Amino acid sequence: MTHIASSSAAAPAAVAIAAPRFGARLSAHPLARPLGALIVLLLINLFAVPGFFHLEVKDGHLYGAIVDILNRSAPLMLAATGMTVVIAMRGIDISVGAVVALAAAVACTMAAAEQPLWMAFAAALGAALLCGVWNGLLVAGLGLQPIVATLVLMVAGRGLAQLVTDGQIITVYRDDFFVLGSGYLFGLPVALYAALAVVLAVALAMRKTALGLFTQAVGINPVAARLAGIRAGALVFASYAFCAVCAGLAGLIISSNIKSADANNAGLLLELDAILAVTLGGTSLAGGKFNLAGSVIGALIIQTLTYTVYSLGVPPEVNLVVKSLVVFAVCLSQRSKA
Amino acid sequence: MATAVAPVLELSGIHKEFPGVKALSEAGLRLYPGEVHTLMGQNGAGKSTLIKVLTGVHAPDRGRIVMEGREIRPGSTQEAQDLGISTVYQEVNLCPNLSVAENIFIGRYPRKWGLVDWAAMRTRAAALLRDLEIDIDVSAPLSRYPLAIQQMVAISRALNISARVLVLDEPTSSLDEAEVQLLFRVLRRLREQGMAILFVTHFLDQTYAISDRITVMRNGEREGEYAAADLSRLALVNKMIGKPAEESDDAAVEMRQEGRAAANDAAPPSPVVLATRGLGRKGVLQPVDMQVRAGEVLGLAGLLGAGRTELARLLFGADRADKGDIVIGEKASGAFANPRQAIAAGIGFCSEDRKLEGAVLSLSVRENLVLALQARQGMLRAIPMQRQRELAEEYVKALGIRTASIETPIGTLSGGNQQKVLLARWLATDPRLMILDEPTRGIDVRAKQEIMDYVTTLCKRGMSLLFISSELPEVLRCSDRMIVMRDRAACGEYRRGDLDETTVLHAIAGELA
Repeated sequence: MTHIASSSAAAPAAVAIAAPRFGARLSAHPLARPLGALIVLLLINLFAVPGFFHLEVKDGHLYGAIVDILNRSAPLMLAATGMTVVIAMRGIDISVGAVVALAAAVACTMAAAEQPLWMAFAAALGAALLCGVWNGLLVAGLGLQPIVATLVLMVAGRGLAQLVTDGQIITVYRDDFFVLGSGYLFGLPVALYAALAVVLAVALAMRKTALGLFTQAVGINPVAARLAGIRAGALVFASYAFCAVCAGLAGLIISSNIKSADANNAGLLLELDAILAVTLGGTSLAGGKFNLAGSVIGALIIQTLTYTVYSLGVPPEVNLVVKSLVVFAVCLSQRSKA
Repeated sequence: MATAVAPVLELSGIHKEFPGVKALSEAGLRLYPGEVHTLMGQNGAGKSTLIKVLTGVHAPDRGRIVMEGREIRPGSTQEAQDLGISTVYQEVNLCPNLSVAENIFIGRYPRKWGLVDWAAMRTRAAALLRDLEIDIDVSAPLSRYPLAIQQMVAISRALNISARVLVLDEPTSSLDEAEVQLLFRVLRRLREQGMAILFVTHFLDQTYAISDRITVMRNGEREGEYAAADLSRLALVNKMIGKPAEESDDAAVEMRQEGRAAANDAAPPSPVVLATRGLGRKGVLQPVDMQVRAGEVLGLAGLLGAGRTELARLLFGADRADKGDIVIGEKASGAFANPRQAIAAGIGFCSEDRKLEGAVLSLSVRENLVLALQARQGMLRAIPMQRQRELAEEYVKALGIRTASIETPIGTLSGGNQQKVLLARWLATDPRLMILDEPTRGIDVRAKQEIMDYVTTLCKRGMSLLFISSELPEVLRCSDRMIVMRDRAACGEYRRGDLDETTVLHAIAGELA
């Protein structure tokens, strides 16, 4: 809270005098903090990274740092969307990275074997869905604690991916396979459209049906929700299935982007980034109230941060330290809220 | 009591303001050693705030707290405890996953060579509980025991500190009759030892059973302090409400009930809405046969743990019955597998545990209110926002729910108003049968009356009510028919004509009486 507040205080004095009440209302908005953090990051880049906001048209599509960040943040946006739904219902899914690896392995193996593209993608998403069904059964069916239940797949998923790829890194040489991760549509990355389509679909489902109300009710008080006639167990189950499909789609984008499947490294620690994105976006890990738009912004913050650290010439290893500092700051700001 | 003795604790001129609310103004209290002093007042009268000031939770804006001649300013509950003021709160605030012994000694574990002396802790915990006539395994986790036992653990935890003042904030709200008597025996013993006991309750009977003196609070002020023997019940209620309270006069209620009973007798028996055939669950409830008729109030009486709540939960599908059928209209079916099926059949259920099983605390009044209706309609057919607002406004008005707006989180409402919202949640589904499990627990006299009045009005229009309450007079007053439960089985059924307190008490107590 404080670092955002101080940054807005540093804004032109005329604005601060003209609208203190407007400012107070603005800072009370749930998106104020994540958006503020993103703007601060972008401002740092404006001064520290020359040409950060430079855009040009190359090969018929937009080209520049911003576009690159948007493209690369698509998998994280997807993972964060799925994670938001799971966390809102008091859960957590730490198998996201493993599911990414499995989906990538299935897709690449089939694509490399000259199967039709739609079949490769469908099989990958199907495998991801099965993973989600497994997680959902453990949590909603058997009542295991979410972190333990998904830990099983976190460990086993990469093993399964290794089995699929036979321990090799599978490289694909097919132009149609690359469209999802590296293609452009109307000048913008295809991956971005895919991620935004999922985000939009979830947002609509939450708003236009009673899903949003039920999700919050289950997250805040599952016993009361069940007694009110909500299928609490089924919803929790579905949240894991959905989260895994999101991870599967993220896996498709990642493997399409790097044109290969690496069972060991694809989506490594993506679950932690997703959890961080959700938290940055203002959703409490205790469940209940959630903020989907916040999670998307959280994903953008993380990707921008990574980009900034790289372009400032900081060694890549330090990136993790920077991220951990951000996590630390988030924890502190959440503590002050409580 | 002996007025020559100086008060052990005296609060005077206490002011406390919260943003937008004046909670206490000129509030005060005098506690003498060796007395049980009851603090009475409606919800919102400032009882809880005054206790929180006394126990160091809130700092007063103005006013003095004098203990044994010295002015004190407890800054935390810990400080208050060190000064000799121990408190048992209304909501049991212990750690359910720790053992009973650990809960009693939390923060003050007995030590031996710098390590926790577990054996000594268990022995002393068992001894303390035996003083309360409770013999349980103190090494088992607290959550294994019913709420009533947990309450006793909380009390023995407070007793364990060598306290001179013991504050009990609604300790009896979850205890059954026998347990209340047990608690009172303990309190009398402590009184003889010279302890000053401050007792907060909503139950008039208990107030008169145990109190030496009564302080009445109204609108954050001390209305007056009275010797219990000199204050009639009617006068007490008048002072709490602040107006002549004919509504609460038992005689008046009795008369209205008689009128209704007469009307009922004249009419032919209404059709059976729902019946159970041997509904039961192993280890939980012996098979029960019962019938609920249209427009009738069916009371369930019995002690805590006699099977009242268990029957309600099996009926509603909250817990799964392993034998028996439920007959609705002409159609017999197995017991409901989940609440959804019961709701689809037109049943509503207000659980006895408002906080844990009813309110979704950080959601708004409106969202809480439409929850069951929306769940029955299904997720895809969202109730339009306009309709949700209308529904919420309608019930806020009909039930007199006091809330800033329908978008206020339900958690910020008082207990009575939360209960009204939860009641409205079910009424919005237009149920054939409404199950109310302890709907009036821990809420003030007026809210109680409003809730029961509203529900009985609905019964006149054909809704049936299954009513569970530990307050026998309340059940007797409201019910057309009553089923008495004992030892997890239904053991008797009484119609209005046969209903009187002694008969029912005998049935509850079993053959012995």
